[in-house]
This record gives sequence, structure tokens and C-alpha cells, in this order.
Amino acid sequence: MSDYRIQGQTGEWEVVIGLEVHAQITTQSKLFSGASTTFGAEPNSQVSLVDAAMPGMLPVPNRECVRQAVRTGMAIEAEIHSWSRFDRKNYFYADLPQGYQISQLYHPIVGEGSLLIEADEKHGIPEDKVIGIERIHIEQDAGKLMHDQHPTMSYVDLNRSGVALMEIVSRPDMGSPAEAGAYVRKLRSILRYVGSCDGNMEEGSMRADVNVSVRKVGDELGTRTETKNVNSVRFVMAVIEYEAARQVDVLESGGSVDQETRLFDVATGTTRTMRSKEDAHDYRYFPDPDLLPLVLEDDFLADCRASLPELPDAKRVRYEQELGLTPYNARELTAEVETFARFETLLGTAASAMGKPETAVATTVANWALSVAPGVIKSASENFPEETDPAHATAERQAAILAMQDKGEISGKQAKEIFELVLRTGREPAEIADTEGMKQVSDTGAIEAEIDKILANNADKVEQYKGGKDKLFGFFVGQTMKAMQGKANPAVVNELLKGKLG
Amino acid sequence: MTDFTSLGVKAIRDGVANGDFTALEVAQAFNAAVDAASALNAFIVPTPEQAIGAAMRVDAKRAGGESLGAMAGVPIGMKDLFATQGTQTTAASHILEGFTPEYESTVSQNLWNAGAGMLGKLNLDQFAMGSSNETSHFGNVSSPWRKEDTNAAMSPGGSSGGSSTAVAARIAPAATGTDTGGSIRQPAAFTGICGIKPTYGRCSRWGVVAFASSLDQAGPMARSVEDCAIMLGAMAGFDPKDATSLQMDVPDWESALSSDLKGKKVGIPKEYRMDGTDEAILASWEQGKAWLKDAGAEIVDISLPHTKYALPAYYIIAPAEASSNLARYDGVRYGLRDLPEGAGLQDMYAETRAAGFGDEVKRRILIGTYVLSAGFYDAYYTQAQKVRALVARDFEQAWAQCDLILAPTTPTASFPLGSLTDDPLTMYLNDVFAVPASLAGLPAMSVPAGLNPDGLPLGLQIVGKPFDEQTVLDAGLAIEQRAGFTHAPEKWW
Repeated sequence: MSDYRIQGQTGEWEVVIGLEVHAQITTQSKLFSGASTTFGAEPNSQVSLVDAAMPGMLPVPNRECVRQAVRTGMAIEAEIHSWSRFDRKNYFYADLPQGYQISQLYHPIVGEGSLLIEADEKHGIPEDKVIGIERIHIEQDAGKLMHDQHPTMSYVDLNRSGVALMEIVSRPDMGSPAEAGAYVRKLRSILRYVGSCDGNMEEGSMRADVNVSVRKVGDELGTRTETKNVNSVRFVMAVIEYEAARQVDVLESGGSVDQETRLFDVATGTTRTMRSKEDAHDYRYFPDPDLLPLVLEDDFLADCRASLPELPDAKRVRYEQELGLTPYNARELTAEVETFARFETLLGTAASAMGKPETAVATTVANWALSVAPGVIKSASENFPEETDPAHATAERQAAILAMQDKGEISGKQAKEIFELVLRTGREPAEIADTEGMKQVSDTGAIEAEIDKILANNADKVEQYKGGKDKLFGFFVGQTMKAMQGKANPAVVNELLKGKLG
Repeated sequence: MTDFTSLGVKAIRDGVANGDFTALEVAQAFNAAVDAASALNAFIVPTPEQAIGAAMRVDAKRAGGESLGAMAGVPIGMKDLFATQGTQTTAASHILEGFTPEYESTVSQNLWNAGAGMLGKLNLDQFAMGSSNETSHFGNVSSPWRKEDTNAAMSPGGSSGGSSTAVAARIAPAATGTDTGGSIRQPAAFTGICGIKPTYGRCSRWGVVAFASSLDQAGPMARSVEDCAIMLGAMAGFDPKDATSLQMDVPDWESALSSDLKGKKVGIPKEYRMDGTDEAILASWEQGKAWLKDAGAEIVDISLPHTKYALPAYYIIAPAEASSNLARYDGVRYGLRDLPEGAGLQDMYAETRAAGFGDEVKRRILIGTYVLSAGFYDAYYTQAQKVRALVARDFEQAWAQCDLILAPTTPTASFPLGSLTDDPLTMYLNDVFAVPASLAGLPAMSVPAGLNPDGLPLGLQIVGKPFDEQTVLDAGLAIEQRAGFTHAPEKWW
């Protein structure tokens, strides 16, 4: 249970949240037409006769869209319905050429599933929590009205008309803005792992309708409002905070919450009424007679399952158990597709550069990837903004640095310095270490010669050390390192000094 | 000199192929006949130059020794429900008046590919909604037939009334029709010609202005069974652009045509003997049984118990689908736009649709909207779908006893234009025998059986098993050979 509470004048209120996430399916072409789905193209340049609903045009389902919805369903361990059907949702609007949206009301392609959000004490999620997902169905997106093109008229852009969406409907299982935020992030991560949606919320590839109600702790569910088309995790959380507080105010001042559709105003961080229940459309849903029921064969389902990648939860557990990473590192590295992909490439490259198994070097590589390297990139970008190019930081170069450090050829400090030069110049780490004299000396002969000189020149201190003044050991190490211009391998120095001083 | 306009599809095609005459001569003769028949109002737009162009291409091909298609040299009428690239396509409505598609329907393209040419776009009931061809925005079509010794204009049936009139009046050797609840068979029966609605899915619906998607099916209308077989072969075929298209090969119906019905059982459904059915119709039904028996078939009595529920179910399902299919005519992208000064989007919708749709179309949109509304959906739409399933099951059970079904096409012969316009329910009853096969998606044909005492044509209907157009055509041929129907309307136009 979430411990998120709103302190009202009459006591504590809890919040109940459900999300309907619309995720644009990543495909080359639209759900029922061959038209392209490129974002940002010239208005009305991605429109087929079907998308414009010309007389006599017919929809034909795009197999790839169906496949991606099924794979997404499998990724949330949901029931896949091998028989589903498309329905028409009828309403008139200028951005809806057919006068209906093809959707799935009665028989969605994906049924009951779930998703895990992990404990994150710092962000108000005390323990792991499973969020139920009621269904996923496939539907068409609408076009877009442009109100800023003409003083008295609105223009219609149909590029988005007919683009395939998955509507992913959660159970009202979330109890705080933090949980809702974590849910959206986790869902986005899964969609991106699966490759069914690019998760780009700014471009509208993923947007949420946020259902919020409040109740006194332990009471029946209250009346909910639905805030439409919220397009970032931050805004989802802001909507919930605002709506919950607003509803508590309404209820505590003796009013009642209207079941209505609301809009979020990004500028003010508030929501306002878009459509009241009385204005709600009667959508006259009925099965689309242009389309046969969607029947999925066993082979198709097996192919979908076989094509699924390792998913975030499984990967996180494997990082902890097989690679021995800390829970924090494992979670950070698996949150985003790009992050784990970079990590796994670097891990493989570094392990072979070091000649050790991945399990032996994973912690070193994880620390490098999560804290050392980002720190160097940040400071180099700040100090040398003109020169620094993170593209120079290839896996091979980073692996070379890690291997030199692993062999004791360079110190941790030198590793950072070399990496900074890599970022600024694109030179190879080994060449930098040689040319810039940044190699650590492990040659016992050279170090021994210096030590002998230092001991001879400091006979008095040697006597004092031998007389019990242990602290002087640090003095000898310092003198040796100084004589070696800081390039001596400290471990070798320590060992040699211990031997000589007895 | 040959009177080309008396020739049918096969005679024209074979004559052109044999070099007896040119396709151009044929096209010119029919263009002249179309031009002289404007009193029938069968065509919304004649396209004589397209008929000439297609004919010249066929003549050139023949001269070049190239092989010719199944419809080569045959000029036809195209129901104005099929989108034709570069030629106005209206569905006989004001809302699409002036709309010129940039695409060609699959069925019409198939016909052009087979060598047919277009005489023009044929009149019809608006959006194919009607049984008398009185709902067209472009005026009524008059049947070429009249009751003996009267001058009253008669209905050519509907919705394919322009098609039936053109073929019966010999101003086209054949025409396309579409059949949602009898729109090919009833007009064919009213005008003494043949027409077949194939199994649902045989002909692509792509590019055909939709009325009721789960029922709409294109088919040929011509003066002989063989001509229908030839033309249906050219129209049909799998189309990946139509998700309900049948993914099956098209049989060579023309070559396989045979009037020998030995071993076939013909079912006679007792429920089709309804009150109000014309005596002459019942007599022609009896005659039809005798003809099929003569052709070698065995006659068996069958029952289709849910027949009487079919028409009410049809008048829920078809308007429901239509109310949604016709939502796209909103004045936003094409067709009529009525935007009063200072009006908003809702006003534009209301004005455009009020001005653009005729009364019958509005009536069906209202019925369809009502039956799909919250609170009524289960009582009407869901219930009608259950009836539809039962009607289909009736047929499935009947196929255990018979191979085809014989019934009248309509309960009466044609009626004078204007006589039923104030009585939509009686008008709807015209399709009472046609609708069950539509609901079940079965192939069904009407062939002329004779004239009634008023001198008006009567049709007999043959319904077949799914995909078995061959048996339907064979039985049609057996009736045609025995009926010897050679009557033609007396020219008054």
C-alpha cells in the first residue's frame, strides 16, 4: 500500500489512480493503410485514400501492428486472445475522416496482465508493487486540427490519421504520484525493450489519460475524473497532485466530484473541465463490418514469443545474481535500452581486453559506466566544450583504459586523465599513455634503484623507523613516488620498501 | 446489317473476335441507343467517348493478333456506385454530386482489363437504398416495360434500376449491379432480365460506395444466363485491398455451364408461400419446379423456419451499418459543403447532410443510429445478429437435403412509379424473398420466367450453396431454355 496521503481539514485522504496509456506502435505504415508514419512530415503528405476515408475505401489490417501488440502483451505476461475483433466507435469530428474510429471495445487482443514497479524509498515507493493491467487493444489515431494557420478557420492535417495505437489500460492500483510515475517509466521501458513503441512522449508517441479519485482511508471508491492526453511523466504526476488536492477541496467544502473529462494546462499546472458527463458521446460501438475477426494462429504466437528479448526485470535479476552487481547498479543499468546496450557492449569488450570472464570484471565495468565515465564526460564537456566529443568514447577505447588499469599499468587517476584526452582528441589510450608519460612504472629494478638512493640519503630516518617509528613508512613511499615522478606502481613500491626496511 | 443493340455479351465478344464486325461499330450503335433513350433516365452520365476508346483498343489488339479478354469489345453500363477514375461518381446523391474519384474500383478495373468499355454511369436509388429507383437525386428511372394498354411509368426495381432498364431496353448488352438485400435480383425480375449476386466476398468491394458492408456484393445483369456467367467471371477475384474478399480461385463458370441437373435436388421452402404473394407469381413458381424436374432434378420440400424474421433483421443491420458508413460524407474533404456565413463545424455538418441526403437515406441513417444507441443496441442490433445467424443456419440445415433452392424473386411484379412512395413498409416487403440469401451471404440469381396477365415480367430465384455459383447458373440455364423468354418491351421512348 502506498502511504501517500492528502491531509485535509476533515482528516486523511487516499488517492486512487488508473492510467490509460496510448502508445504509438513502431511500424513503417499505418494500422489499416499502406501510408507512411514518419513524424514531422509536411501536413497531409502521409495520407492514403483509406486514411482520408474516400468513398469505397476499405481497411486492411497491418500484420506488423498486430504482432507488436501481441509481443507487448506477452512482455507484461498477459493473456493473449487468439480471437479478437475490431469495433467502430462513431462520432463526428473534423480530424476523424471516417466518422468513426476503428478500435476494439468488446474483444481486445490482449487481456489481463501486470507490471512490477520496484521499491524506491527515496522517491516514496516503500516496497515492490505489482500494478494490474486490465487489457491492451489496438486502435486508429485521429488526425490533427491546426488552429493557428488562418484567422477564422481551422486546418486539418491527416498525417496521423490511421496511425496504429495500443491502448494499455491499468487497474486503479496506484496510490501516489510516485507510483504512477514509476508505472509510466516502467511501461515505457518495457515497450522500448520490446521495440513496439519508441516511447517518445514529446512527439506524442506515448501519452496518458489519467484517472484520479480520492476517498477517506478504507472507504468505497470515489467518483473519478479523467484528464486526457498527458504527455510526460512529470505532468502525469502533476495532474495527480493537482486533481487529488482539488477533489479533496471540493468534497470537504460539501460539494461532489463530477465524473468528467478534463484537460491539463501545462502553463499553470492545473486541470479544467473539457467535457461533462451530460455531454458524453454515445459512441454507438458495433463490430466493424469491413473487417473479419482477428484470428491468431499458434505459429504466429510462437514466433511472437520467440522474438521477445530479455525484459527489464529478468535482466536486473541476472545482473545482480550472475554479474554480482549491487541492486542499485543493476536497476540503473537496466532502466533504459540504450544504457544496458552500452553496458553490455563495454562489458564484453573490456572482459576480452583484460582476458578475464565477464563475471570477474562486471563490477569494475559497472562502476566505470555509471560513475567514473559520466563524471569525466561531464567535466570535460564543461571545461573543454569546444573539443569534447563523447562519440570518441568507443567501447574499444574505454576497454583499453580499463585493461591498462587492471594490469596496474596506470592508476585510477591516470585512467581518468587518459579518458579525458580520448574525449577531447579521439586518440588511442595506449598511445596517450606512452606519449604523455602516463604509464605507471612497475619495473622493480628502476624502483629499487631509487629506493636504495633514498634509504642511503636518509640513514637517520631508517634508524628511527627501525626503532619503532612506523609512521615513517609513509615518508619513504612519498619520497619514492616523488623520485619516480608519481608513475611508480604503489603496490610495487610498498612491497619493495617493506622488504628493504625489514 | 446486324442490329448490334439486340446482341448480348457472348454474341458481341465472339463476333468481334471472329471479325464479323468491329468493336467500334458496336460501341457506336449502343452510344446512339443511349442517346436516344434519355426518356428512361437510366444514365446519370453517358460516357460515349470511353466506350469508343475501349472499342478502338480492342480492335487494335485484334488487328495486332493479340489475345482478347473475356469481355473484349463489349460496352457496358456501370452502376454509379462504382468509383470510376476521372468520371463523376455520385451514388445518385447530391452530397457526392460533382465528385470525381482519382481511383478505379477493383470490379470496374477488372472489367476494363477484360476488354469491356463504359457506356456511362447508371442511375440507381440513392446510396443503393430503395426498391423502385425513386430515391435518386437525379430523378426516377422508368422501366421500359408498361402494363398492357396503359401509359403509366413503371418501376424498374431498385436499387440497380438504371442497370435493369438499360439492359431490358437494349441500350446496353449488360450492366453491373450491386445487391445488398435484393438490389440485383428484384430489378432483374421486374424487367425480364437475368442477374446474379455471387457468394459474399467473390467480388471486391474496394471502390464501391458502401451501403451495408457485411451485405454489399457486386454482380452482373444481362439478358442471358451465359452472359451473366461470362461477366461474373470477369468481375470476380481475390482482392488484397478488401479484407472480406474470398481468397479462392475463380472457376470458369462459362465453360462449365450445363443445363443437365441430373442428381441435383431442388429445395422448395414452404415459408416462401406467404400471404399477399401474387397468384401469377405462385403459378410461375409451380412452372419453375416442373422445368427443373424436366432438366433432371429432384424436387424436395424444405423448411427455412426463420424466413419471416429475415426482413426485420435486415432492416436493422443494413441501416446500422449504413448510419456509420455514411458518416464520412461530412463536407470536410470532398463532395457537398454547406457552410453558412459564420457557422461552426456542427452547423456545417447539419447543413451539409440535411441538403446532401435524400429522405430515404435520412430515414435509414436515423433507423441505424437509433438501433445502435446506448440502451437499444442489445434489443435491436444484437438481436438482429442472432436472427441473422439463425437464418444462415436454416440454409446450412437445408443443404443436408438439397443442392439448390427455388423460390420467387419478388412477391409481386413491377408497380407504377409513385404508387408506394408513401408506404415505405410495403416498399420494403419487395425484398422479402431476396433478403434471406443476402443475410446468409449465399449466391442467388433471378431469371425471367414469363409475363403476368398484365404483360409484366416475372422472375424466379435460385439460391445456391456458398461458392457454388455454378449450380445456380446451371439451374438458371435450365429454366431459361424451357421458359423461352424472348419478350422485349415495346419501344415507347
